[in-house]
Amino acid sequence: MTVFRAIVVWSGLAGVIVVTIIVAAGSEYLQYRSATYVTAGFAGVVALALLVTQPLLASGHLPGLTMLASRRIHRWTGAVLVLAVCVHVVGLWVTSPPDMVDALTFTAPTAFSVFGVVAMWAVFATALLAGFRRKLPVRPHIWRIAHTMAATIVVIGTVAHVLLIEGTMGTVTKVLMCMVSFGALVLAVRRLRPWVGLWRGRETPSRG
Amino acid sequence: MTHISMCRRTLIATGTAAVIATGPGLVSHASAQGLAPTKSMRGGSNNYRPDAPIVKRIGGGGFLMTGSVRRADDGAPLEGIRIQVWAHTTEGHERDPWSHGATLTNADGLFQLDMPQIVPAFGQPHGHLAYDSGEFETVFLRPVMASARDTSLSAHFVLQPT
Repeated sequence: MTVFRAIVVWSGLAGVIVVTIIVAAGSEYLQYRSATYVTAGFAGVVALALLVTQPLLASGHLPGLTMLASRRIHRWTGAVLVLAVCVHVVGLWVTSPPDMVDALTFTAPTAFSVFGVVAMWAVFATALLAGFRRKLPVRPHIWRIAHTMAATIVVIGTVAHVLLIEGTMGTVTKVLMCMVSFGALVLAVRRLRPWVGLWRGRETPSRG
Repeated sequence: MTHISMCRRTLIATGTAAVIATGPGLVSHASAQGLAPTKSMRGGSNNYRPDAPIVKRIGGGGFLMTGSVRRADDGAPLEGIRIQVWAHTTEGHERDPWSHGATLTNADGLFQLDMPQIVPAFGQPHGHLAYDSGEFETVFLRPVMASARDTSLSAHFVLQPT
């Protein structure tokens, strides 16, 4: 049963991600785009795929992984996610500087730019919190809720960003990925309950 | 006393119908007297090239950009106004020089320019238009297509003398 569950979860997750990337790779719009623009777009799709796995890795929902291994992968996936977001933003900047400047200064005519840029800053904040976890002079409870809240902004911002864009991603796979991403966040937060112990100021047993 | 028997719903429906019937006439009459100038749209000037030449069509054509140019206040059609058009199309990015072209309005203040099919770029299927010749205030427009499958797009200018 455990093996069966592992097969279902892993193949389901891999299936959604692979099909999403294949559908995007088959978009008719790609032929009209430069290599830089295509790379930037796919960096965004890859970032979305990584974002789907992040909460599940944090909460140890992926079968076959110990919590220690899961968290270690979570950190590496987070680093790659930051890199993917950077490639996405820099690639789009090179493709059309004024459009990227508008987005980053919140003066773009498109709402998805606002959501995308908010999600980008939230990704950086989430990663910085992770990178300086041991050095920050805050209680673990505060760190957990801050990291979780920043990650929640990432997921919500990204989902809105992705759904509003008319680009290379297929509509069905796009909506599916967003639903899985949001579902993964809810599952992880429900299991980790990062608010526990926040107000008491006492240590609670770590689930990590 | 038949008018009393008119129920509330009928009254609202009749009243609404009356407003719809007379409304547009009143509005267009009023606006012709004090036509407000068109404001530039956000992002309208992105990837603009001031030196784009007047062309018969941009690239191979197949997509029609149309529009009108009128003077603010009196709404008079303006002839010979240079309007520049550019977009991300099947033949190039917005930044590519060959994606840009300009045309002039006719005696009715109308313009049209054949250009390659616009495809979605930066998340929306959109075009760019500019009036930037100095006689009137500069205006940059960025209309968005209702569907990426559309084969035409229009934009309208009301220009304010400088």
